[in-house]
Formats: sequence, C-alpha cells, structure tokens
Amino acid sequence: MISPILFWTIAVITVIPSLSLLFARKAVHVAMAVVLVMVGLAVAYVALEAPFLGVVQIVVYTGAVMMLFLFVLMLVGVDERESLKETITGQRWIALALAIGVAALLISVVSRVAFGEPATAKTGGPVEVAPLLFGNYVLVVETLGFLLITAAVGALVLTHVPRLFPRRTQREVQAARVAAGANPVNKTFPGVYATHNALDAPALDPEGNPIEESVSRVLKVRHQTTDGIEFKDENRSRRRELGAKEGDA
Amino acid sequence: MLSVSWLLIALPLVSFFGLMLAGRRADAWGHWAGVGVSGATAVIGIIAFFEMVGRSASDRSESVRLFTWFSGGEFKLDAGLLLDPLSLTFVLLITVVGTLIHVYSVAYMAHDPRRRMFFAYLNLFIGAMLLLVTADSYLLLFVGWEGVGLASYLLIGFWNHKPEYATAANKAFVVNRVGDIGLILAMGLMFAHFGSVSFVDVFAASDGASVAVLTAIGLMLLLAAAGKSAQFPLQSWLGDAMAGPTPVSALIHAATMVTAGVYLIVRSGVIYDGAPDARLVVAIVGALTLVIGAIIGSAKDDIKKALAASTMSQIGYMMLAAGLGPIGYAFAIFHLVTHGFFKAGMFLGAGSVMHGMNDQVDMRRFGALRSAMAITWITFGFGWLAILGVPPFSGYWSKDKIIEAAFVGEGWQPWVFGLTALIGAGITAFYMSRLFFMTFHGKARWTDEQHPHESSLLMTVPMMILAAGSALLGAIMGVGNRFQNWLEPVTGTHGHEEPVLSVPVLTTLTLVLVAAGVALAYWMYLRKPVPIEPPTGSLATIAARNDLFQDSVNRAVFQVPGTHLARTLVYADAAIVDGAVNKQATGVAMFGEASRRFQSGRVRSYALLMMLGFVVIAAILVMGG
Amino acid sequence: MSPINFVYLASVLFAIGAAAVLLRRNAIIAFMGVELMLNAANLALVAFSRMHGALEGQIMAFFVMVVAAAEVVVGLAIIIAVFRSRQTISLDEPTELKG
Repeated sequence: MISPILFWTIAVITVIPSLSLLFARKAVHVAMAVVLVMVGLAVAYVALEAPFLGVVQIVVYTGAVMMLFLFVLMLVGVDERESLKETITGQRWIALALAIGVAALLISVVSRVAFGEPATAKTGGPVEVAPLLFGNYVLVVETLGFLLITAAVGALVLTHVPRLFPRRTQREVQAARVAAGANPVNKTFPGVYATHNALDAPALDPEGNPIEESVSRVLKVRHQTTDGIEFKDENRSRRRELGAKEGDA
Repeated sequence: MLSVSWLLIALPLVSFFGLMLAGRRADAWGHWAGVGVSGATAVIGIIAFFEMVGRSASDRSESVRLFTWFSGGEFKLDAGLLLDPLSLTFVLLITVVGTLIHVYSVAYMAHDPRRRMFFAYLNLFIGAMLLLVTADSYLLLFVGWEGVGLASYLLIGFWNHKPEYATAANKAFVVNRVGDIGLILAMGLMFAHFGSVSFVDVFAASDGASVAVLTAIGLMLLLAAAGKSAQFPLQSWLGDAMAGPTPVSALIHAATMVTAGVYLIVRSGVIYDGAPDARLVVAIVGALTLVIGAIIGSAKDDIKKALAASTMSQIGYMMLAAGLGPIGYAFAIFHLVTHGFFKAGMFLGAGSVMHGMNDQVDMRRFGALRSAMAITWITFGFGWLAILGVPPFSGYWSKDKIIEAAFVGEGWQPWVFGLTALIGAGITAFYMSRLFFMTFHGKARWTDEQHPHESSLLMTVPMMILAAGSALLGAIMGVGNRFQNWLEPVTGTHGHEEPVLSVPVLTTLTLVLVAAGVALAYWMYLRKPVPIEPPTGSLATIAARNDLFQDSVNRAVFQVPGTHLARTLVYADAAIVDGAVNKQATGVAMFGEASRRFQSGRVRSYALLMMLGFVVIAAILVMGG
Repeated sequence: MSPINFVYLASVLFAIGAAAVLLRRNAIIAFMGVELMLNAANLALVAFSRMHGALEGQIMAFFVMVVAAAEVVVGLAIIIAVFRSRQTISLDEPTELKG
C-alpha cells in the first residue's frame, strides 16, 4: 500500500502546477509548471511499482517532449503575455462547468465499481516488462516504430520552407567581396604564445610588431587587451637563447 | 353457328380496321365491303336465331367462353358470350336494321368524299353494339358500351368541319360519360360485395345480398342507362345528336344504341327483383321522360329534332315498362323491337325528304310532299300509324300492352303510371300527326330552288322493308303471346294480373285519345295554313321549343359550379399542396440559416461543442446503463 | 491508501487539462493541456495495473507515451508552420471555417 503522505505529496505537486495551465500569463511559466507535473507523475509511477515507466516518463516526457515545447516557445515568441480576458461569450463558464462535469462523471463511475483487494504487486522493472513488450506485443512495438518515423518525416514536411533564391556559393561570396573592395582574406587571429593563448593578445606581423586588428574590438573597448610588446620582447630573447641570429626570419 | 358467334363481333371490327387502314384506294369499293360485312352478321344472326328456336325452352341459353381475360389476385374474369333469347332478339334487330341502313347509306352518302370512313364507323358501331348485347359479364358489356359511345361520337361529328356539329359530338360523349360513372360504380359495388362482375355470379349472389346494396347497384345501373338512352336527367344530348347524317340518327339514335339502356335494365332484372325502390325510380324516370319528350316534340319545327324527341319519349315508355317488374320486361323489349323498325323507317323517310328538299330540315318549309315523293309518303305513313298505335300496326301490339301493364298494381302507382302512359299516347298522336301533316300534306311551302323528287332504289327499298316490319312485326310477335314465351327463360314467368281499369276500357280510352290527338293536329295544321315563320306561341310552346331549358339548367346546376369547383381545386393545389412543399423547403432553409450560427470558425467554440457532446452522451450512458 | 485514489487524481488532472484546452488562447498552452490529459490517462492505466497485479496496464501506458511523443512532434510542427504564415499562435485568429 502507498503511504498517505506520499499520495498527498504527489497530489499536491501534480494538481497545483497544473492549475497554472489555467491561470499563468506567460507560456514559459506554464511549461516549467508542466515539467514539474511530469516529474510528479514519474514519482507516482514509481510509487505504483512501475519503475520502468517512471524512468521512461522522465526521459521521454520531461526530457524530450517538454524540451520540444520550450524550443518551439522560443521560436514563436517567448515574451508574449497572454491576456486572460475571455473573447467568446459564455466560453469560460460553460468550459468550467464541463470540466467539473467531466471530473464528476469519471469519479462517479469509478467510485461505483467495487474493487477487490489489490493483488500482489508485480514490480514493473525492465526485466519484467521486456518479455511482454517483445513477446506478446512485439507487433505493436514495431508499429510504433513506423509511427515515430512517420512523425519525424511529417515534422520535416510540415516545416519545410521551399528555397526562394538559389544558394549563394562560396565563389559568389568571394567575388562580391572583391568587387566591394574589402579585404579578400579573413582577419588574423589573436596571437597564440607559449605562455599565453588567451584572445586578448595580438598577433605579431613578420617584423615583430603587433597587429591591432587581430584582437576583438569589444575587448579593446573594454580595455581588456594586453599589450603585444612584451610578447615581442620575450619572443626575441627566447630566440637568442635558442641560437637564432639577429635578423633571421 | 352459335359456337362461332364471336364472328358477329370480330367481322365488323376487322372491317372497321381494314377500311380505316386501307386508305384512299378503298374508296371505290369500301362501302360495299361495309354492307357485305353487315349482311354477313345478319346472316349469322338469323342462323343462330333459328338454331336457338330449334331447341326446347329450357335449353335456350348458350355460353361461349372466349378467353381468360383477367386472372390476378381476387379478380378473375373470363371473356365470353351469353346467347339467350334476349341477346338474340337484339342481335337480330341490330344486324337486320343495321344492314338495311348500310344499304341506304350507300346512296345517301354518295356525294361525300369520306364515305369509306363512314362505313368503317358504322361497322365499328355494329361490332361494339353486338358485343354489348352478347357479353356475359358487366365488364365486357362495358367494353361494348364504350365502343358504341365512341362510334356515336365519331358519327355525330362526322361533318366536323362545322364547329357546331363537332360540339354536338362532344356534348353527346360528355353526357354519356356521366352515365358511364354509374356503370363503373355499379361494377365496383358488384365486385366489392359479390366478388365478380359476370352475369352468372352476380345474379346468383343477389339472392342473399342486402337490399341496400342491391338498391345502390340498381340506381347506378339506372344512371348508366339514363345516359345512354337519353332519359331524364341525362337527355340533353339527343337533340343535338341530330347533327350527324340521317342514317346515323336512324341506326344509333333511334333503333339501337339508345336502347342499350333498356337492355341493361332488363338484363339486370334479377337485381331489381331484390330492390323494389330502385325499380320504382326506374319507372318514375321512364314516366317523366315520356312526358318531357312528348312536350318537346310538340313544338319542334326541325323534323329530325322532333323525331329525336319522339325517340326519347318512346324509350321512356320502355323504361316505364321495365320499371314495372317482370310483368313489363317482355313488353319493354317488344316495344323496343317494334320501335326500332318504325322509328328507323321514319328517320330514313326524313332523310329521303331532306335529300329531295336539298337538305332542308325546317318542316315549315315542307308541305304537300305526298305527290312528289309517294313511296316516302307511304312508308313514312306506315311508321306514323305504327307509332300512333293504330291496330293492326305493330305499335298497337306493343304500346297497348305497356299501358295495360302500367295500370296493374295497388295504391297510387297504377293510376299515376297508367294515366301518364295514356295521356302520353295522346300527346304522341298529336305531335306525330303534326309532323306528318306538316311534311306531306297541306299546301306546298317550298322555297324556289327546291324540286322535290323521289329517292333512288337503294334508299327506298330499305324504307319499304322497314315499313313492312312496322306493319306486320307486331302481329307476328304478339299473336298468342309468342314473344313473351320466347323471352320467358330470361325475364321469368309472371302471372297475368288484372289492371285497375279493365282491358277493353283501356283499349277504348287509348284509341279515343289517339283519335283526339290526330284530330287536333288535323285541325291545327291541315285545316289552317301553316305559317312559315313560327308564331310566338304560349309560354309552354316557348319552353318546349327551348327543350324545356335543359341546357340552361345543366349549365346552372352542373357546369358553372363545376367550373368554380375546378378553379378552387386548382388554387388549392397551388396554394396548399404546392405551398406545403414550398413552405417545407423554406423551413429547411431557415433551419439551415439558424444552424449556420454554430459555424463560427473559432476553434475553441468547436472544442467546446465537442466537449459538450461528449459529456452529454457519457452522462446518458452512465445514467441509463 | 489504495491505488484507486490515483484514479481519482487522474480524473482531476484530466478535467484540468480539458479546461486548459477550452480556455487558453495560446496554441502551445492548449497543446500542453492535451499532454496533461494523456498523462492523466497514463496514471489511471498504471493505477489499474497495480490493482490487478498485471503488467498489461503499464505496457499500454508505455504505448500511450510513445504515441503522445509522436503526436507532440507533428503538432508542434504544425504550430510552427501556422506561425510562419500568420505570425501569431492565437487560437482565435483563424476563422476560415466561418459559415
């Protein structure tokens, strides 16, 4: 049997967040609340001797489905505050009445049935579930595989945006760059030295002078760059030590 | 011969189709073919008659089954012929008189380009009429009934290039149709209550049937007979039917078709035996028509219309006789046969007069024709004497017996019917003598172009034969009650009952009234000159000239309300029936408009509706289950 | 406590999810309501499985999870496609089916 405290905890952490579905203004809040509901349900599954299902609930629902929801929310507008004013007359009251009616209906039906004592629990771990899943119901599993493939393809098809212009090849990009008179080559990267490979040190040109463009403008604006001279001097002393002649490249 | 008696019907019908389809190339000999076919039927009829005479009285009924006609569900009917004394009497009358009139028509219609079609229609008529009188079921009789109606329409409107003639044909057909409703209803009643419409079954079943049913059937049959025989109240078409050529008037509207109603009543005697009230109505109708015809005939100046009114009146006598019950049946048929001969003879004579007077029909323009057309005068005279009932001419034998039978009975009936018949005989004598004197005697009142001459042999010989029949047939049939005995198997025996006034008294009274009528006509139309323009006359004369306003009555009582009813029904059909359908469509459209509001296009409203539906259904399932 | 109480909890969660679908205008929040309903069904299945002592309920809940995942994929793809053409994810915006 399940302890009452456990049950009521599960009840609270599923029902209260799900109410945000009705009352929250921002969609992200709603998504977060639903994640909490999913976790609560996973706990419930484990409490009901279905650990396999509980883990699958976390992995699939919380991990995949809700993340999908969040991604799409990001895409379509995460900032939208929805006004809770109802536009269709009567919708609110009839909907509430119907929801309460459905709950009452279901509860009344279930409460009328006389159930015997719950049978001895069989833990629904992977070892116990596997023979059933791949034995009796293997066809269903295979069909579900097809279903998932179809869903994936369907998502691709539905969101496919036909190309309006032909893709710009690299040749075109380069030609446009030269025609505009810009530097055909990329900018130099920041300097990489033996003692320092952060992005704030400039690179050295063949004369040994630092190249100002190689450090990000942002760092320069923030005065977070280091002077390249020290690396230039250090470079020279190092080279003398190693026996390089003066003036050697 | 009796077993092949279906030839009687088949031959004329084949001839009808043949003459119709043969086209112009048959114009040279078509009329002779028609005459030949009619003669053949006469020969067959006579042979069949002698065959039947040769049998003993109890054996005189031959049923010839032709083919299975209807056999489906509850209604089974075989088409067959019933040959018994009654039907053979009619067969003889139709074929003999018909053949004579065929011969007459060869000369009468000699100048008509459509003579071939005339004979085709005449043959059609003969075939249909023979079918009518030999049928063994009411339905087959009805086929013949309709056939003669069709032939009558075609023949009345033969000269339909004149619109009033075509209208007359329409009128005849429509009024007949009203009567046909009676026959159809009667057949329906028979089928509903007796399960069959053949004579055998109906007469057997009418023994145990209720009086109400039999009375209803009897009244419906009377309606049919009144339509076909031009009895009150369906008598308005007979006068207009004179628009047809005179042979048509002679054959159809004097001798045969108009007697079909009497045949129907007499054949259905068994039904009337069980419905005395219906029988009384038959007698009343006959008596009424008798008087109406006589009054109208007294004022008509058109010779054919006067003869038509006379026909109406004489058939009234026959109806009256048939309405008196078994004692009158035989006399009704007797008078029918004699009337057929003398009336047809008089019509042919009128045709001969018209032929000689350039198709003039106004009797005020005749006069002193007896010297110019002697044979016509003599043959017409025989007919005149016969219809007056002067012994020993045939009319005396038949009409006097009817007057005697009318005076039989108890209470008011014998007095009313008998006196009506008696006085009718007097009026008949008056107007027939008026006709005869105006036409053949007195001063000549001809117009300048008219040169009356006697007609050719082809016309006079039939007239002579018919005149001989008018003279002798009555005696041949009446002596020793020969005709009654011949008809007994059909009409049933009857005891001889005494009339309320004794027979010698009646005979004397009749002759006195007849003489008075002749004398009155003599004084009015022979002694005094006949004015060429009809004088204004009394109210009664005006009414009689206008057919007792029968057309105005029909118009006011039937046509105008009928038209209003039809218009109301059309309006009701458009407004109510169509309106209901249209309103339904509009309702559906309005419902659609209202339901449209649900399609708001908003997803959340749809979701709400789905949820609502789910909760409602689930609740019902939970509560109910 | 008997596992039946989890079924009652599942009913309540289902009702809340249904209300969210009907009441919220943001398409993604409504979709999350749908996910909540599916999870409530899963909870009920697992609770019944515990009561019967059989693992079939858990298997079925597993299948529901897989299908729900597939559904989320396609559903979010649709929302993105709609957003690209209309620049809004309000559920009150599209009214093309208005009769």
